[in-house]
Amino acid sequence: MDLSSINPALLLASLLVASTPILIAAIGELVVERSGVLNLGVEGMMITGAICGFAVAVETGSPALGFLAAAGGGAVLALLFGLLTQFALANQVASGLALTLFGLGLSALLGKDYVGIKPPPTPRLDFGPLSDIPYLGRILFSHDLMVYMGLALVAAVWAMLKYTRAGLVLRAVGENHDAAHALGFKVIRVRLMAILFGGACAGLGGAYISLIRVPQWTEGMTAGAGWIALALVVFASWKAGRVLLGAWLFGGITVLQLNLQAAGVKIPVEYLSMSPYLITILVLVIMSADRSRAPASLGRTFQASS
Amino acid sequence: MLKLEKRPQPSRLWTYLTPPFAVLITMIAGGALFALLGNDPVEAIRTIFWEPLFGEFAFYYRPQLLVKGAPLVLIAIGLSLGFRAGIWNIGAEGQYIVGALTGAGVGLAFYPMESWVIFPLMVLAGALGGWAWAMIPALLKVRFGTNEILVSLMLVYVAEGLLAKMALGLLKNPEGFGFPGSRNLQQYPSAHNAEIIAGTGMHWGVLSAFLAVIFAYVLLNRHMLGYQIRLTGEAPRAARFSGVNPARIILVCLGLSGALAGLAGMFEVSGPSGQVSIDFNSGYGFTAIIVAFLGRLHPVGILAAGLLMALTYIGGEIAQSNLGLPAAAIQMFQGMLLFFLLAVDMLTNYRIRFKTAEAA
Amino acid sequence: MKFIKGIAGAALALGIAGAASAQEPTKACFVYVGPIGDGGWTYQHHQGALALKEEFGDKVEIAWQDSVPEGADAERVLTQFVLSGCDIVFTTSFGYMEATNKIAGQFPDVKFEHATGYKREHPNVSTYDARFYEGRAVIGHIAGRMTKTNKIGYIASYPIPEVIQGINSYFLHAQKVNPEVELVVTWVYTWFDPAKEADATRAMIDQGVDVITAHTDSTAPLAEAAKEDGAVIGFGQASDMAAFKPSPRVASIIDNWAPYYIKRVQAVMDGTWEQQASWAGMPEGEVVIGEITEAVPADVKAEAEAMIAAITAGEYHPFTGPLKKQDGSDWLAEGEVADDGTLAGMNFYVEGITGDIPQ
Repeated sequence: MDLSSINPALLLASLLVASTPILIAAIGELVVERSGVLNLGVEGMMITGAICGFAVAVETGSPALGFLAAAGGGAVLALLFGLLTQFALANQVASGLALTLFGLGLSALLGKDYVGIKPPPTPRLDFGPLSDIPYLGRILFSHDLMVYMGLALVAAVWAMLKYTRAGLVLRAVGENHDAAHALGFKVIRVRLMAILFGGACAGLGGAYISLIRVPQWTEGMTAGAGWIALALVVFASWKAGRVLLGAWLFGGITVLQLNLQAAGVKIPVEYLSMSPYLITILVLVIMSADRSRAPASLGRTFQASS
Repeated sequence: MLKLEKRPQPSRLWTYLTPPFAVLITMIAGGALFALLGNDPVEAIRTIFWEPLFGEFAFYYRPQLLVKGAPLVLIAIGLSLGFRAGIWNIGAEGQYIVGALTGAGVGLAFYPMESWVIFPLMVLAGALGGWAWAMIPALLKVRFGTNEILVSLMLVYVAEGLLAKMALGLLKNPEGFGFPGSRNLQQYPSAHNAEIIAGTGMHWGVLSAFLAVIFAYVLLNRHMLGYQIRLTGEAPRAARFSGVNPARIILVCLGLSGALAGLAGMFEVSGPSGQVSIDFNSGYGFTAIIVAFLGRLHPVGILAAGLLMALTYIGGEIAQSNLGLPAAAIQMFQGMLLFFLLAVDMLTNYRIRFKTAEAA
Repeated sequence: MKFIKGIAGAALALGIAGAASAQEPTKACFVYVGPIGDGGWTYQHHQGALALKEEFGDKVEIAWQDSVPEGADAERVLTQFVLSGCDIVFTTSFGYMEATNKIAGQFPDVKFEHATGYKREHPNVSTYDARFYEGRAVIGHIAGRMTKTNKIGYIASYPIPEVIQGINSYFLHAQKVNPEVELVVTWVYTWFDPAKEADATRAMIDQGVDVITAHTDSTAPLAEAAKEDGAVIGFGQASDMAAFKPSPRVASIIDNWAPYYIKRVQAVMDGTWEQQASWAGMPEGEVVIGEITEAVPADVKAEAEAMIAAITAGEYHPFTGPLKKQDGSDWLAEGEVADDGTLAGMNFYVEGITGDIPQ
């Protein structure tokens, strides 16, 4: 056992990277759920984003265009969900699950010609002398743009929900769609926009995996990250700041577990790989002491009684 | 302008018409997809829907529909009870795994003794295992108000870890040269969930699925508890005023769905699958959620939906091996089928009206 | 059982399950556990299947099904293959062992070949596997010579004999050329999860490991190593993973199933197919070391090539004594070679490896 071989700065730095995909996807889903819609298709949208981003980045040579395409791809799939649930008034749980099935199939078909290719590299941001600060430089100033975008996104969503009129409308729609409708808000329009935003975020999260985290395309490569993102939203009890915390916890435990193993610490690996999930349940129990709860209209179908 | 208008009550006609209608649209859209991939669309659709039922080897595929559909129906029936009461058990996959582990565990503990009591004990153990796994989110919800969607989902991952651990450790076949996986229960007569009548695909799990359908139908339509479940889902406040104990409903619904999922896992591991292996679970618990909704949470609907899903799986496999259709295309096709079924469902509950400009 | 005979009888009557006649093409069918696009295990089996087409042209017909779950689904897929007229069926994952034997018992006229298993309950079932540990020996040698930190890493999937053989072989040959070397094993408990594989690689790199080999299926470990600008090297696993040449991928272990598949299908055509348990390696061309790139110094490359030649010629066995087990007890005496039975069920580390095999 040699704990000294674990460098805390490196550990924290890799934690930031490991948590980014689920963070971005979760913050999008949070907005969706705050509008009163439950979209269980995050995994499907992530994997679609992963292949759209990968394919476009490879074809154009530009990771930036790739990420743009990933957001687009995720949003298009989300639109499908939006049409189903908002216009055809279909059940949201079932539609979301169907979306995942569809997305996994679609991505596999789209990705057939992209197996085994290396995408163009996404550069790390250059912070000049900042990166050379001992400790902090490695933790904070050594990443690619998307890591910071993820953090910025969390801040933006937090501020939007708390301080802006748009956030107020979103929450109103999510809490009581009939009242919001009576006040003259366009419930369906608001929800559709939230759904599209959620899809775009999921797409970005997926592309982060295929373009930066792993850089490659393989079928089913998101391997359940979408489900984790969904879990995060509930874990965070629909609060933006806590999503960040949750993402670090999830990313953190896996990274820590692997680091401990590599350091030769005798740990029951098979139990430790279950630990993020057990800890989530534990934290959830503790947090349910405070009375934050789901948006009241979550998952319920809205139909204007004109 | 098009306008949706809620029907005073769901249209009977459309309740029966929408599913075939959705299947028809899926055939057209799916055919287009297959044509795009360079396959003969008519042949592909015919292979998926016709071949398993009436094709040359239908004598083999028809029983297989039961084998594939039974676990889906069994799990979906349990889930539908909870869903009706607004209790969201998303973790049936985990309960399925644990039921299989406890069921197989009991059977293997008796090896190589032969006795008729072993199989009933395994059934009991499987149901209890699934029940216990579902009790975790149920008790947490009752005691702490913890969200059951998340807890049950998290427990799926824990169960998968447990499964790997068991397949590599405790339940590993001692004569297996260190390879992972348990003994083959199909070769252990007392523990084998064999076909009741050979060649029909009818094993105890299939029988249980049919019984569960009848049981759920009676429960929901003829029994006080069923009424309370429905009331809790449709009008929680009214339910509370009329003296329904919400904690009891939570425990009953999650417990029942867990027990049924556990049973499904146990019947699968002791029958068609035969052994506990690292990747024993193949997503039945998640697919069953879709089946529950496709069947509109109605027992008979679930039975039909389960068989339809089984048909697309088996037909899809045939299309893959005979026509070389990629597995991904089949997956997309299933997704489409679900989309269309969900989308046309609207016609049952709503009427489409043309509104004139002045009325708007 | 009566019904089962019924099926087999019907199939026979239809003339589909009999051996291929001269003019009819032989049909070879493949059951895959993952998607063909996994870029590793399943991809390589599919390459082997395609090689059949290239070798035999119109004389052979191939069919396959990917992402087949192990268990009941596998039985159905196998039966369906038989009904559709397959003459020989290859089941390419350990988890298909029970299903393969069961279906083989029902259709005695169809040949079954099960990869990586040990059960041959009927005369029409063969098993085949490859001696991947021969490849691990070569890359272990390269790892031992090239590490600067004297820490080399192994990303392990599950604690099963095949993986443990690989770990031991890799370590032994690194230690032989570099007694200071320390092996870091990380168990990820998955065959395929690119993000987790990348995390495991990152964890090892952060702790000073500079040579990484993976026993999982994706290219994620190489991609992660590539971020270190040449300071960390790794190896292609299952497929060549040529996209990461010349570094970090400095060599690779390729599963090449084509020679075996061609041989066995040929045997079916000739009517000479017989049950066997094949465990082939470098001599048969089943385990191939992909191009050793210029990132490897010329002398190291020459040594590695010499070892490949010796193993291929049958002159060298990677597990040759004297060897001790981890607990210090004797395993192989001077000059003694490990027997296949012990290797196939290997459940111990050799001396010098720290840590325990998870139980």
